[in-house]
Amino acid sequence: MSLSAQLPALQVVVPLASAPLVTLLRVANLPWLVALAASATAFAISIALTGQVLPGTTITYDLGGWPAPYGIVFVIDQLSCVMMLIVTGASTAALAFGKMSLDLQIGTVRAPYFYAAWLLALAGLVGISITGDAFNIFVFMEISSLASYVLIGSGPDRRALTATFKYLTLGTIGATFYLIGVGLIYMMTGTLNLADMASRVGDVSDLRPVLAAAGFVTIGLALKAAIFPLHVWMPNAYTFAPHIVSVFLAACATKVSLYVLIRFDSAVFAPNLAGHDIRFSGFLTVVSILAVLIGSTVAVFENNLKRLLGYSSVAQIGYILLGVSFLSLTGMTAGVVHLFNHALIKAALFMAVACIAYRLGTVRLNEVAGCGKIMPWTMAAFVAAGLSLIGVPGTAGFVSKWYLLQAALDHGPVGYAIAAVILVSSVLAVIYVWKVIEWAYFREFTETSREAGEAPVTMLIFTWAMVLANFYFGIFTELPLGLAESSAKILLGAGL
Amino acid sequence: MSDATLILLALALPAIGAALIPVFHRAPNLREAVTLASAGTLLLVTVTLWRRVSAGSVPDVVLFNVVDGIDLAFKVEPLGMLFALVASSLWIVNSIYSIGYMRGNDEPRQTSFYVCFAIAISSAMGIAFAKNLFTLFLFYEILTLSTYPLVAHKGNNEARQGARVYILLLMATSMVLLLPAIIWTWLLTGTADFTVGGILAGKAEGPVVGILLALYAFGIGKAALMPVHFWLPNAMVAPTPVSALLHAVAVVKAGVFSVLKVVVYIFGIDFLAGSGMNQWLIYVASATVILASLIAMTMDNLKARLAYSTVSQLSYIVVGAALASSLGVIGGAMHIATHAVGKITLFFCAGAIYVAAHKTEISDMTGLGRVMPYTFTAFLIGALSIIGLPPMAGLWSKWYLALGSLEGEYLSVLTVLMVSSLLNIAYLLPIPLKALFGQLPEGQQGDGIKEAPLPCLIAIGITSLACILLFLFPDQLYQLTKMIPVR
Repeated sequence: MSLSAQLPALQVVVPLASAPLVTLLRVANLPWLVALAASATAFAISIALTGQVLPGTTITYDLGGWPAPYGIVFVIDQLSCVMMLIVTGASTAALAFGKMSLDLQIGTVRAPYFYAAWLLALAGLVGISITGDAFNIFVFMEISSLASYVLIGSGPDRRALTATFKYLTLGTIGATFYLIGVGLIYMMTGTLNLADMASRVGDVSDLRPVLAAAGFVTIGLALKAAIFPLHVWMPNAYTFAPHIVSVFLAACATKVSLYVLIRFDSAVFAPNLAGHDIRFSGFLTVVSILAVLIGSTVAVFENNLKRLLGYSSVAQIGYILLGVSFLSLTGMTAGVVHLFNHALIKAALFMAVACIAYRLGTVRLNEVAGCGKIMPWTMAAFVAAGLSLIGVPGTAGFVSKWYLLQAALDHGPVGYAIAAVILVSSVLAVIYVWKVIEWAYFREFTETSREAGEAPVTMLIFTWAMVLANFYFGIFTELPLGLAESSAKILLGAGL
Repeated sequence: MSDATLILLALALPAIGAALIPVFHRAPNLREAVTLASAGTLLLVTVTLWRRVSAGSVPDVVLFNVVDGIDLAFKVEPLGMLFALVASSLWIVNSIYSIGYMRGNDEPRQTSFYVCFAIAISSAMGIAFAKNLFTLFLFYEILTLSTYPLVAHKGNNEARQGARVYILLLMATSMVLLLPAIIWTWLLTGTADFTVGGILAGKAEGPVVGILLALYAFGIGKAALMPVHFWLPNAMVAPTPVSALLHAVAVVKAGVFSVLKVVVYIFGIDFLAGSGMNQWLIYVASATVILASLIAMTMDNLKARLAYSTVSQLSYIVVGAALASSLGVIGGAMHIATHAVGKITLFFCAGAIYVAAHKTEISDMTGLGRVMPYTFTAFLIGALSIIGLPPMAGLWSKWYLALGSLEGEYLSVLTVLMVSSLLNIAYLLPIPLKALFGQLPEGQQGDGIKEAPLPCLIAIGITSLACILLFLFPDQLYQLTKMIPVR
C-alpha cells in the first residue's frame, strides 16, 4: 500500500508517536520545534484528506487490516474533515504563534512534558474526529482529556490547579456516562462499530436499556461539550490555563465532544428511536436558547478578558447546538459552519488576549486599561475578530448568523421567537465587545500598561493571519459552506 | 474607462486616500493634500458616472458570490447616483472646512480623523451603488463602524457616552430589525436584488408587508425615525466637521437613502400603495417631523437644536418614501440633496462660531453677527433653505413633497409640511436675526473675536452659494430624480 493510503492512520500516529519522542528532547527549543513539526504534518494530512473527501467520497480505513465491524475503522467524511481541519489547524497556529508566551509561562525545564501532553491532546482530538468506533471514541476522549488536564494545570497561576480539578471531576463523570451508554448499547447489540450499531439498534429500539443509553450518551457528551447548564468547569479552565493552551482548547476541545454528540445521535439514535427527533429537538432547543442568552449576559458583566471569552463560548456553543436542533438542512448547515467559523473567531480573540497577557502579565480589564494606545496592532486585531464574533457582514461570523437566522425564520412562529433570541444575543455581543474596546481605548494607562510595548512581531503575524482568515472566510465562503452542507446532508441522511 | 472600473474607482479612491493619509502623518499639508486629491478625483469619477446614467445607461459590476444567490455587486441607478453625487461633492467642501476647523481648534489625532472620514465616504459610495440588500447592509455596517471613532474623537466622558449610544443604537437596530428584514425578504422572494418595480409584489401580502416595512423603517436606524432617533442628538459631541458628515453628507443620508431605495426597489411603490400598509409610516414620519421640531425649539445648544432639526427634516424624506407615489419619491430624493447643502451650511456656521468665539449656546450669540457678519449671513441663507423659502434650494423639495401629498390626497401631510415650515421659522430664523441685529452684551465689544479661519469661510461660501444655485438651476437635479424608475 502506498503512503497516501495510510494517511488516516498517520493523522493520529504522527502526533501520538512524536509525544514520547518529545519527552526525551532536553535541548532548548527542540521540543517546541518537534511538536510544531508534528502538528503541522497532521494539519497537512488533514488538508490532503479534505482534498480527497471534498468531491463527496468517504474514506474508510481498517485499522490493522481488521475489517469492520470486528476491527476499529476510521471513517472520514466531510464532517470529520471540518473537525480535523479545526483541530490540527488550531493546534498548529497556536504552537507557531505562542513560542514566546509558552517560554515565559512554562519554562524550559517542563517544556518536554508540556509539548508531549500537547501532542497527546492533539492525537486524541483528531482520533475522535475520524474514528467510526464508539469505544475507540472513548479511548481517544480519555487520551485527549488527560492530556488537557495536564496542559491546563501547567501554567504558573496556581488557581489553574483548582480549575483543572473541577474539569477533571466533571470531565470524568461525562466520560463515564458516555461509557455507560456505550456499554448498554453493546449489551443490547453486541457491537461497538457506529455504522453497525446504527443498523442493529433498530431491532432492540425502545427497550429500556437503549433509551437509558441515549440519555447517558447525550448527557455525558453535553457535559464534555460544556453545554449549558453543564458548562461550569469551562470558563475557569480557559481563564487559568496558559494563554496558548486557551487558544488551542477554546478553538476545538469542546467542539469535538459536540461533534460526537451530533454524530452519535444522528447515526445511532435518530433513525431507530420513535419520536427521537421531537425529544432531541425539544430538549436541545431550550437548552441552547438558555445557553445563548445566559452565556452572553454573563459575558457582559465579566471583567476578566479570558473568562469573558469563555462565557461567550458558552453562548456560541449554544448557537451551534441551536442550528443543529432545528433538524433542517439550513439549520444543520448553520451549526456545522459555525463549528468552523467559531473556531476561527475564538482562536483569533484568544491570540490577541495572549498578546496582551504576554506584555502586561494580566488579563483583567481594569489592569489592561489603555492598552489600545500602546498595543495598537494587537487591539486592532481584537476589534476585528470581535466584529466577526458580533457577526458584522463581511466576516465569518456573519455567514453563520445568516444561515442560523434563515433556519430560524423557516421554522414558523416559534422560529420567529428564536430568531429574536439570536438577535438579542448579537446585541449583547456588541455590548461585551464594546466594553473591551472602551477599556482599551478610552481609559487612562495603569501602572502596568504604561511601561509595556507592542507585542512581538511573530505573535502579531499569526494573530493577524487568523484575523484575516475570519474576513477571508466571510467573503469566500465556498470551502466551509460546501463542507457544512454536505455534512448536513450526511447527518440528516442518517435519518435525523 | 469601462463602467465597472469607474464604479470600483468610486469605492477605491477614498479607500486609497485612507491608506495614504497615515503615510504623511508628519506632514499635515501633504496629508490634507491627499484628502483633497482623493476627494477631487472621486468627484470626477462620480460626475462621469452621472453623465453616463443621464444618458440612460445603468452601469453595474458583480464582484463575487458570497453565499448562494447573494453577490457582492454594484449597480448605478439614478437614486444611488444622486446620493453618490451629494456625498462626493460635499466631501471636498467638508475637507476644506475640516482643515480650517481642526487646525484652528488644535484638535488631537487629526490623522486618524481624516482616515476614518475617508473610509466613511468609501462606504457611503458602497451604499449608494449597492446592487442588492446584502451589499447595502455590508457597507451600512462599515459606515457605522468607521464613524464611531469620529464621534468619540474628543475621548472625554461625554464623547464616550455619546459614541456608546451611537454605536449601540445603530448596530442594534441594524442587527435586530434590518438583518431579519433582509433575510425574510430573501426567504419570501428568493432574491435580494434591487429591482425596478420591487420584488415583493405577489410574494407577500397583508400584515406581512406592514411588518416588513416596519422592520426596514426602524431597522435603518440612520434614518432617525422616532423613536430610534436619539443617537443623533447624542452624536453631536463630535467635532463639527463630523457632525456635518453625520447630518448632511453621509450617515443620515445613507439612512434615508436606504429607506427610499427599499421602498422603490424592494416594495415597489405601486405594490406598497396598493397594500395600504404605508399609511402607518406616513403618520409616524409626520409625527416625527412635528415632534422633533418642537423639541428643537427647547434646545439652547446650537448643535443640539440643529440635530433635532435634522431628525425632523429626515422624516420629510421618509414621508416622501411612505407616500409611495412618483412625486413623493422625487420630492424625497430632491430633499436628500437640498437638505444636505442647507444643513451642512448651518453646521459649518456652528463650527465657525465655536472656532472663532468658543460659543455653543444660542443665548450667548446675541449680537455676535456684528463681529462675524459673514458667518451669520451664511447661517441665514442655510436657515431659509431648510425652511423652504425662495430663493433657496429647499423650496423645490418641499414643493414636490407637497405635490405628492396632494396627489395622494393626504391633506394631513400637507398640513404637517406647512406647520413644520412655521416651526422651522420659529426655531431657526431668530438665531441669525438676533446675532445680526441684536446688541452684544454690555462690556463685551467682541473681545477680539473675528471670523473663523479662511478655509472654513471658503467652505461656508461654497455651500451657501449652492443653496442659492440649486434654487435657480434645479433642472439637473430634477431630471436625475425624475429618472428614478419607480415602476
